[in-house]
Amino acid sequence: MGGRDSKLVLLDENGIRCDGRKVDETRKISIKAGVLKNANGSAYIEFGDNKIIVGVFGPRDVHPKHLSDTDTGILRCRYHMSPFSVTERKNPAPSRREIEIGKVIKEALKPAVMLEKFPRTAVDVYVEVLQADGGTRCAALDAASVALADAGIPMRDLVSACAAGKVADTIILDVGNEEDQAGQADMPIGYMPNLGQITLLQLDGVLTPDEFKKCVETGVDGCKQIYEIQKQALKDKFFGNGVV
Amino acid sequence: MGDNKRRYVIPGEVITTGPYRPEQNVILEDKKIIATKVGISEIYDDTVKVIPLSGMYIPKSQDLVIGKIVSHSSLSWEADINSCYAGMLPASDVFGRNFQPDSEELTSKLAKGDLIVARIVNFDRSRDPLITIADRELGKIDSGELVRISPSKVPRLIGKQGTMIQAIELGTNATITIGQNGLVVVACDTQVGLLKAKKAIRMVDEYAHMPNLTDKIKEMLESKSE
Repeated sequence: MGGRDSKLVLLDENGIRCDGRKVDETRKISIKAGVLKNANGSAYIEFGDNKIIVGVFGPRDVHPKHLSDTDTGILRCRYHMSPFSVTERKNPAPSRREIEIGKVIKEALKPAVMLEKFPRTAVDVYVEVLQADGGTRCAALDAASVALADAGIPMRDLVSACAAGKVADTIILDVGNEEDQAGQADMPIGYMPNLGQITLLQLDGVLTPDEFKKCVETGVDGCKQIYEIQKQALKDKFFGNGVV
Repeated sequence: MGDNKRRYVIPGEVITTGPYRPEQNVILEDKKIIATKVGISEIYDDTVKVIPLSGMYIPKSQDLVIGKIVSHSSLSWEADINSCYAGMLPASDVFGRNFQPDSEELTSKLAKGDLIVARIVNFDRSRDPLITIADRELGKIDSGELVRISPSKVPRLIGKQGTMIQAIELGTNATITIGQNGLVVVACDTQVGLLKAKKAIRMVDEYAHMPNLTDKIKEMLESKSE
């Protein structure tokens, strides 16, 4: 990218970040479940300026057949960025980074999905990033878990994800694109709120043990906030305004 | 956690922590009973279950299903039963126990594309579900129209003690066969009745969550008949 504003103030003296947020504030998030007709389950998320759509198929037959497992179902995940998702055209062919994020999302979802109920089948998750602005893996994970629930695939818990990080020697919640580029650390966290288990933890940067602890706590708090939004998205789709 | 009997739940939500027995679509995780699907939770006596609002059809022994023959080998047919597993219909089920693969032609009885009403005989994790058409109400479907609904809404289409389906059949003079897998065959002598029955089934699929749906369906069926 390069050519960044060298005078960019990531955190001012009042504790306000470069995009006007407070230290422990996430970007504006909205999720809508069931946006695609042809997929078994789907979700659309707007996470700040990130726009991501997720479609889920399955459980269904595994093709190619040799990938199937007689003991359990398998989970497959494709993360893809549209050519127009970033400022300079992105080659639509899967890059190293996309393959890796697909793997990371798959592994973050796996503890939640009860695949052992469907031996010899596959659950496919397709993540399409329409617009990227930092933190797409977390946003994609949030949408993917809503889409899986929408598809009616049994899950132990939803997976909520949010990043925490360090800019200007301060631990912050939900690292934006500028903060990611110029900041000191970025830590995406995936979390199952009801089970209290972490399913994704990555760290780019250097943190002291104390900072690390604080960073995880901050991230988990963010995940809990996002969980409420995911919950609302599912309730809006399935229950409307009805009461039992 | 309130102990109210019915509640909307999403995966991961704790339904209750009491000494209950987990049934369909719930798991027990250190004394907490957790929903695994989006649906309505029900606490009945000492059991807890979730009635799902979405999801694919999972074969269950003794279920009546509607399937479409997709292929056959020399010993069996394979039927698409709208699930992640294909139904296996052995040739001996149709030709009798002393079936000889070299003398009988499977396609003479059931060809690719034929629709069948079948019952699931056996299903376990290791094999595809075994189905049968050897019973009075089972077999090849000769006439009627196929309607697909979401498998999770089949119980709603049948209604409590079959009230919903009876209302539709009476209102339209149609014969309706409902497969647990979400496939429904509607047969009717009159075109008007057929269209109306199809519309009613689609309505149930769409508005399954609404209360008093049976009355609304009845109203719709009567209003158009004038």
